[in-house]
Amino acid sequence: MASSSTQAIAADRLVKRFGAFIAVDDVTLEVREGEVFGLLGSNGAGKSTLIRMFCGLLTPTSGKGSVLGLDIGRQSEAIRRRIGYMTQRFSLYDELTVEQNLEFFAGVYGLKGRERSERLQWAIRMAGLEGKERLITRSLPGGWKQRLALACAVLHRPQVVFLDEPTGGVDPISRRRFWTRIDEMSGEGVTLIVTTHYLDEAERCDRIALMHQGRLLGVGSVPEMKAVFAGRAILEVTCPRFLEAQDRLEKESWVLEASVFGDRLHVVVANGSDTEEGRRRVLDLLEREGNTPATAERIVPSLEDVFIHSIEQDDLEHAAEGHRS
Amino acid sequence: MSLRKLWSVAWKELIQSARDPLSLGMLLGVPCMMLLLYGYALSFDVRHIRLAVQDNDKSAASRDLIASFVNSTYFDLVATPPPGTDLEKLTARRVAKAVLVIPERTSEDLAAGRPARLQLLLDGADANTASTVLGYANALVAAANVSRLAGSGGPAGGKLTLAPIVYEPRVWYNPELDSTHFLIPGLIGFILMLTAVLSTALSVVREKERGTMEQIRVTSLKPGELIVGKTLPYLGISLAATGLILVAARSLFGVAVAGSYLHLFAATLIYLIGALGFGLLISSLVDTQAMAFQLGALSSMLPAIFLSGFIFPLRSMPWPLRWISYGVPARYFNVVLRGVILKGAGLESYPQDMGFLVLYAVVVLTLAYARLSRREV
Repeated sequence: MASSSTQAIAADRLVKRFGAFIAVDDVTLEVREGEVFGLLGSNGAGKSTLIRMFCGLLTPTSGKGSVLGLDIGRQSEAIRRRIGYMTQRFSLYDELTVEQNLEFFAGVYGLKGRERSERLQWAIRMAGLEGKERLITRSLPGGWKQRLALACAVLHRPQVVFLDEPTGGVDPISRRRFWTRIDEMSGEGVTLIVTTHYLDEAERCDRIALMHQGRLLGVGSVPEMKAVFAGRAILEVTCPRFLEAQDRLEKESWVLEASVFGDRLHVVVANGSDTEEGRRRVLDLLEREGNTPATAERIVPSLEDVFIHSIEQDDLEHAAEGHRS
Repeated sequence: MSLRKLWSVAWKELIQSARDPLSLGMLLGVPCMMLLLYGYALSFDVRHIRLAVQDNDKSAASRDLIASFVNSTYFDLVATPPPGTDLEKLTARRVAKAVLVIPERTSEDLAAGRPARLQLLLDGADANTASTVLGYANALVAAANVSRLAGSGGPAGGKLTLAPIVYEPRVWYNPELDSTHFLIPGLIGFILMLTAVLSTALSVVREKERGTMEQIRVTSLKPGELIVGKTLPYLGISLAATGLILVAARSLFGVAVAGSYLHLFAATLIYLIGALGFGLLISSLVDTQAMAFQLGALSSMLPAIFLSGFIFPLRSMPWPLRWISYGVPARYFNVVLRGVILKGAGLESYPQDMGFLVLYAVVVLTLAYARLSRREV
């Protein structure tokens, strides 16, 4: 693996097993310094497990990993001084006031003197909790707790911050405010690793990694990820019996993929010289089948298309592998 | 180890306790309440036992004997059934707990130097009370014999024939000792063990449940700082509870500390450190508060009651239980506490027991440290 001074995080064939269950399966990846890096995947895809290994909360079963050049196996203590970690659960002390929570974390991070008071003031401002210092944390709305949890996690000016589903269960306005803070921190040179299953959040990341069943399906910027559809066109197809149409279309050699999106289909066809050809072929076929009225419109691929495409490819490959062995 | 970090944990723990009236109440109030309940309920002294006397002799000697029973205040005379009464009905209907039968010619026998055979029928349903009553009766008859001996100068024998009652052949009764005095040290050991184990175990597991433990583990806080920080506040609270118990023991039961408070403090401190360490160890084994409560309560309370010599004498236990009791710190603490509180002895009189308490604390804390230092909890 290429190692450079601008590399914040690296994983080299990381594996984490829990008994027979493989939570993280042979993950190799690199995150550059100052990046906002999104880990995208459904629940149980292995995102949290991967992050928890970087934070030193879990020991990898095999493979290597490093944070800021420090080995996650042997130097986790040194790593912990330089990272921040926040989970969806907003792990705060409910009985304590806003101020007392911040003071506690300042204490366990070992902040003292002027730095401590400066950081505490900064945190209150950053979380937008001025005048709320003496409120009991339990009584705060979700969005405030989230910002307080973030403030607690970054009090000690970490260079790398792990945010594990930080916006779960928070209203959209709070989510937007939260992402503004993430962008600000990124601007200050902090590396942020964010797990999410919100695709709109993933679009705000510099680069993303897709995870599925513990495996890394692809890494890249959003445009790079969408480039898997270069030379292909995605058609959004509607028809009355869309499940039947999916089965039928998948049998055609000129259809690369047909997936269900809600009550419609996304059909991937080769995009040759004639962009209209694929569309005509789909509509002709549906007409012959009597599956009408039908429409087919070419659409710009979304991240969801990329995601589904990658998962289907991965499942195919693994089915083939399973067949061989 | 950083004092600042340690203090942050301890201070947070104190604020949490103060804001959680339930847990603070458990730590300070419950011990005193338990002392009150157990102190009264567990008293082995039995008084005002309903006694029926069938006096078939009707002599001066028999009347003296009856008077000595009644005057002792242990017995209240409730019936004097005439000869030929079905005595069993008296106890079956719970009119009397005990029936003393003085046969005919008792005084003649005594005068002739032959042993008099008295019969005491006892309701053995409550074995503990029965054996206590038996002890009283023995003592009273013995006293009567002594006074007869002194009075007549001749040989005399008042022999008690026992009704076949089922009871444990263990003598609880000790005429010199009020059993509450004997119980208080054991109670303190039991109460402290329970509250100390539960408070630390629950406080750590609560953090596991809420995810704050993981948050702490990502900080640079060391396991030692966490352990000491978590233990200190509860050590303070438990010591305060001990003070309250001692005040209550003195004002309610008149049990004053005969020995040195410093020695008492030192022994309690070591005992508590072991108990708190045990609580930490439990917290590292379970993941839910419910489990921590059950495991903590069972593993601290049961041995402290049954295997500590608090209520049941260890010497009469089968060897496996006696063997297990060597691992129960309350066992040693009871011995030391009884010595310091009741006899006014110093810790130097109990080097072995103190040694075991120190050993227990060291072993338990080492195990807890090892468990809590692991990467994955």
